[in-house]
Amino acid sequence: MTPELGQLALILAMLLALAQSVLPLVGAWRGNRALMAVARPAAAGQAVFVAMAFGILAWAFLRFDFSVQYVADNSNLALPWYYRIAAVWGAHEGSLLLWILILNVWTVALAAFSQKLPEVFASRVIAVMGLIAVGFLAFIIFTSNPFGRLLPMPGDGADLNPVLQDPGMTFHPPMLYMGYVGFSVAFAFSIAALLGGELEQAWVRWARPWTNVAWAFLTCGIVAGSWWAYAELGWGGWWFWDPVENASFMPWLVGVALIHAQAVTEKRGSLRAWTILLSIFAFSLSLLGTFLVRSGVLTSVHAFASDPRRGVFILAFLTIVVGGSLLLYALRAPKVLGGKPFKVVSRETALLISNLMFAVAAAMVLLGTLFPLIGDALNLGRISVGPPYFGFLFPLLMLPVVLLLPFGPFLRWGKGESLVLKQVLMRAGIVAAACAIVAAFFVDGQLKAIAGVGALVWLTVGVLLYALKRWREMPRGRRYPAEMAGMLLAHLGVGVFVAGVLLSESLSVTRDVRMAPGETQHIGNYDFRFDGVHHTTGPNWTADQGVVTVTRNGNETTVMHPQKRTYPRGQVQTESAVDAGITRDLYVALGEPMDANDIEGAWALRLYYKPFIRWIWAGGLLMMLGGLVCATDKRFRIKRSARAEAGAEAADGLQIQETRA
Amino acid sequence: MPMNPTRKRRLTIVLSILAAAAVAAVLVVLALQNNMNYLLTPSQVQSGEAASYNTFRLGGMVKAGSIQRSSDSLKVTFTVVDAGGAMPVEYTGILPDLFRDNQSVIATGHMDGARFVATEVLAKHDETYMPKELKDAMAKAHEGKQVEEAGSGESGMGSRKP
Repeated sequence: MTPELGQLALILAMLLALAQSVLPLVGAWRGNRALMAVARPAAAGQAVFVAMAFGILAWAFLRFDFSVQYVADNSNLALPWYYRIAAVWGAHEGSLLLWILILNVWTVALAAFSQKLPEVFASRVIAVMGLIAVGFLAFIIFTSNPFGRLLPMPGDGADLNPVLQDPGMTFHPPMLYMGYVGFSVAFAFSIAALLGGELEQAWVRWARPWTNVAWAFLTCGIVAGSWWAYAELGWGGWWFWDPVENASFMPWLVGVALIHAQAVTEKRGSLRAWTILLSIFAFSLSLLGTFLVRSGVLTSVHAFASDPRRGVFILAFLTIVVGGSLLLYALRAPKVLGGKPFKVVSRETALLISNLMFAVAAAMVLLGTLFPLIGDALNLGRISVGPPYFGFLFPLLMLPVVLLLPFGPFLRWGKGESLVLKQVLMRAGIVAAACAIVAAFFVDGQLKAIAGVGALVWLTVGVLLYALKRWREMPRGRRYPAEMAGMLLAHLGVGVFVAGVLLSESLSVTRDVRMAPGETQHIGNYDFRFDGVHHTTGPNWTADQGVVTVTRNGNETTVMHPQKRTYPRGQVQTESAVDAGITRDLYVALGEPMDANDIEGAWALRLYYKPFIRWIWAGGLLMMLGGLVCATDKRFRIKRSARAEAGAEAADGLQIQETRA
Repeated sequence: MPMNPTRKRRLTIVLSILAAAAVAAVLVVLALQNNMNYLLTPSQVQSGEAASYNTFRLGGMVKAGSIQRSSDSLKVTFTVVDAGGAMPVEYTGILPDLFRDNQSVIATGHMDGARFVATEVLAKHDETYMPKELKDAMAKAHEGKQVEEAGSGESGMGSRKP
């Protein structure tokens, strides 16, 4: 009975979502306040029913209700409770339920924090969120019902894919979806602005914190995914340019561009149309990501077995969203080039260059990811584009960004001075070059590693020089407003990330070896001694567990226990052992026994020494932190009932900015 | 029309964007050409379709009982089959968890005589999942049709990756 209640809750939620979208839109059009007032209660009601549906599915998992097909397919009696919770979003239907739940979290937050916005604008924004919810709820109800019954009820269920039975799995999808879905808020703001023909750019300031927070979540989700792939998939890599990774990376890249474009539009009024276009693209790419993962049209390690009808539905939805919003854009985008003029040497130009680079990078990734579909359509054969395509073009596109980053903050809006740029170039350049030369002696002249150290120092010194300048020139308390502090943190993160990538790529040592018990391998100053394999058991698996003792100059560093797990239905899952450190990771994964009948004999082992790999994720987390800090800036809080004062506020903001610059 | 400063500046900006776009387009096309990997099944390879590629992806099923491991190194040999052909494959390294008899695999590598030497082997990730492109390729080969690839005319394509 309860699962049917879940189904009912979803249908009610869809009806409320319809009310939430249609009525306020009509109200805003007709100037009918009663209709506009429907937006918030309808959103709250929808959220209650969606949360109820989600809760019912989670409850079915916790209670082993195998009469529900989805539960029977993705869990069994032996699965620990925490993985049964994670199993709610472990496959197609449930992950869509998570999607819609998170959309509701954002909508409710929006409804709560938009009380001071002009009523017409706020109700349009909430209505657009409602439209998105209608699309996804229809998708769940008509093609992907998670509450379908399996009768007669089996005694035990199947299993959650073992790859997903990892702490990272409980964390990665919700974070990623928070980011994906969060871009719907920026999208809704843009659409509402287009619908209302907002001439003022005040709405951009209201949209900014939302975009920053969504982007921060997406960053966190990507970092968690990268770390999970590293720890769980046993390949020791942190990024594979896999279609599904690209699917999350494209909105991220556009998100970076959007965050910076919004800053320009808010403060100077320029790039209005571009900002709107970017927010449409960011959300469309999030939808495309969902389509790529769910439809199974591309060969990916993430692909689920799937139903072609679903792909068609999402594709149709995608077409309506992208087509509709672009049409609206074409009809309503501000025709006049607005904003204050700027010279070639100015902050606007710097931000424009970075925007261009990130937009082109996103387009490049999109082309490479969709190329198999294009090849298929043009009958070119079954082609995929290899990682070297991305690995060659992406760094090339990011090189100007890294080189120009330290200059950006020093440039004034409108017209910058070249003198200060020369100073920065001299100071940061000299320190970076000096450090790179010193580093060359430690890394055996590896060019990539030297470049990594150089980039780290270049970016860090650039950020510090600017921080110092603020410290000297501004009075206490106004030196580092949140927006500024967030920017500095995120830019520091870029340096840490680049250093992590270049150092770990160039200095890593990877060795696949055959080792008999007692044998030792010497890798990067460490001795790995293989002490054999024994049998062990866990809550729902049995495993061959290896013992590898690592010593350095005779002192024991750590004892590692890589596993080869076997799950109830015979699925095998390699569980690598990682000894993490700030300057290096040691990583051991078990291959196969050389003789399948003698597990105590020799094994194939994969041994890695990975210097500075944690810096990659540390850099990502700094960027995330930057985004979150930015969003807390006092300037973004809507102080008055903004309807009448929107214009006055914008002028206010500009004044503050002028004194800050 | 005389060039006033604004007009001139705009022209410079437009021209530099165009130039950058052209450079980007050329780089993208080059990078694409060098990194396109074709997926072929054993029967397609045996009918000579792989001749023009240095590197390609071989897709099919692992023939039951064909997996042989070397006793003193990590070298593994196995046979990949589809409905109409079989191809011996050699690989040195650690195979993925889901690699076993009768599983679908995609191996990246090159031909060495009559053998395929793989540098990377991917097995399917989920037990019920078979990559769509591999399903299509095998369905095509199964029909016994001579598969004509419009793109195979471009010679010298394929990855430079070793």
